[in-house]
Amino acid sequence: MGKATEMNDKHTRSEAESGALKASAIDGGRRGFIGVAAGVTAAMVAPGVILHAVAAAPRSQPVTSDVRWGLLIDTTKCVDGCSACVEACGRENGLDLQVKSEDESEARWDHQKSVWIRKVKLQDNQTGRVTNLPMMCQHCEHPPCVDVCPTGASFKRADGIVMVDRHLCIGCRYCMMACPYKARSFIHQGTSGQLTRAPRGKGCVESCNLCVHRRDNGEESTACVDACVAEGHEAIVFGDLKDPASPISRKLNEIPSRQIREDLVLNTGVRYSGV
Amino acid sequence: MAKALVRAGLVAVGLVWVAFATNTALAGEVKRYVVEGSRAAELDSCVEPTERMRRMHMEFIKHQRISTVHEGIRGTKYSLTGCVDCHISYDVERIPKPINQPDQFCGACHAYTAVDLNCFDCHASVPNRPGVDADRAHREAGVEGLVRSGRNGEGH
Ligand code: HEC
Ligand code: HEC
Ligand code: HEC
Repeated sequence: MGKATEMNDKHTRSEAESGALKASAIDGGRRGFIGVAAGVTAAMVAPGVILHAVAAAPRSQPVTSDVRWGLLIDTTKCVDGCSACVEACGRENGLDLQVKSEDESEARWDHQKSVWIRKVKLQDNQTGRVTNLPMMCQHCEHPPCVDVCPTGASFKRADGIVMVDRHLCIGCRYCMMACPYKARSFIHQGTSGQLTRAPRGKGCVESCNLCVHRRDNGEESTACVDACVAEGHEAIVFGDLKDPASPISRKLNEIPSRQIREDLVLNTGVRYSGV
Repeated sequence: MAKALVRAGLVAVGLVWVAFATNTALAGEVKRYVVEGSRAAELDSCVEPTERMRRMHMEFIKHQRISTVHEGIRGTKYSLTGCVDCHISYDVERIPKPINQPDQFCGACHAYTAVDLNCFDCHASVPNRPGVDADRAHREAGVEGLVRSGRNGEGH
């Protein structure tokens, strides 16, 4: 399987969209209006997704860096106690098929089982303000997991998706150590009953890949986004960060947002507002 | 070494086959692995000529694997999902039988040629669970519903 050399030239780097984000001015007065407008857009996209899945054709050309996929999470809309995105992610990617082995304690299982999205609850101790947010792979432009990978298994696709080529992964877990977001999981157990769309097996690292099979089949959104819309929360927007007309870019342009651990200058593809 | 022998063996089989190609009685005796009841059993040809598939399928799949995982290309004919969809066969209740079982398409020939794959440790050995890929697979296979895939170690 030693094809490690082939993937190192795939790390396209571009500063364009980080520059664009910094340059965007925020007009507080229009925020409310755009918030509503973005909500409407998302609602209209949702039925379109189903229509699209029928018409969509599988990709026949290599992905390019003309797009960069990302997520914008509006933490003010993320509801305490809701885990719709986490569950949808599990169903989409076959994580719900994991079973605890009998000799393993609940606590250990909670700690060791594979998760691609974690719900995180933050409390400001001074003000008491509570923030909820889903935390997943942040799809960094400069991913530390890729830097440390000894086999080239951890890589960034031209369209910005950071993922693991499990044919190359040797399970060393350096990437898990390197990730500042605790976004990756290691598969400790043998698997069975895998989904056709989501192969997975013992001894490899895995993490959110922005529903890469959906991307390649021309679908509009991710499982977590669909689930959040279905719950009526619409806290997550998915889209192309390089297209200034995409709903995600327009929303980023209008509301203040941040990268988690922006001090690390990784230029994450997942952005948070209200934190 | 074992692989080289297998290769040499296959080439030898191929040469014998070519030499006697005109002798239909002998050609009929060449062991065939396409399983009754699979879609492939009703078709004339694989994604490439049969002889080429026998020798080259591993190369095709591995190239496809790189272009799919790294470049996102899904529309090409050598996908592993595609092999499983077309070569899968069913029991009397129309439940697909894991393709890596020693009596099934990939499993039978690999058992015979002593090839041990780990692909189906991760990859579904039956088309399953509705979704973009699986829906298409189901439509093509004419089946619905959730079926579980078998682990490796149960076969080849
Ligand atoms: C559209 C259906 C279809 C797909 C997809 C398909 N095959 Fe086939 N395959 C066939 C048919 C039909 C035959 C029998 C051809 C013949 O009778 O000569 C065959 C024959 C073969 C043979 C020779 C079997 C023998 O008895 O010697 C091999 C090996 C093979 N396929 C492997 C594969 C692999 C590997 C894939 C995935 C890359 C694949 N096939 C995808 C239809 C398909
Ligand atoms: C450790 C788990 C694992 C093992 C073992 C594994 N794969 Fe994969 N494979 C994956 C994952 C994950 C994908 C990406 C699936 C996707 O995005 O659709 C994939 C995708 C593929 C694809 C492209 C998708 C398709 O259906 O065509 C091919 C081809 C492929 N693998 C071939 C193989 C072959 C051949 C082997 C055995 C030599 C193998 N894989 C072993 C995990 C694995
Ligand atoms: C006609 C017999 C035959 C059939 C049918 C067959 N294979 Fe193979 N396969 C072989 C042989 C022989 C090898 C070993 C070739 C070598 O080592 O050079 C092999 C090797 C492979 C390899 C490479 C293994 C490695 O570790 O390098 C893969 C992947 C593979 N086969 C996939 C499949 C799949 C998937 C199917 C079913 C769709 C299938 N094969 C059906 C004969 C067959």
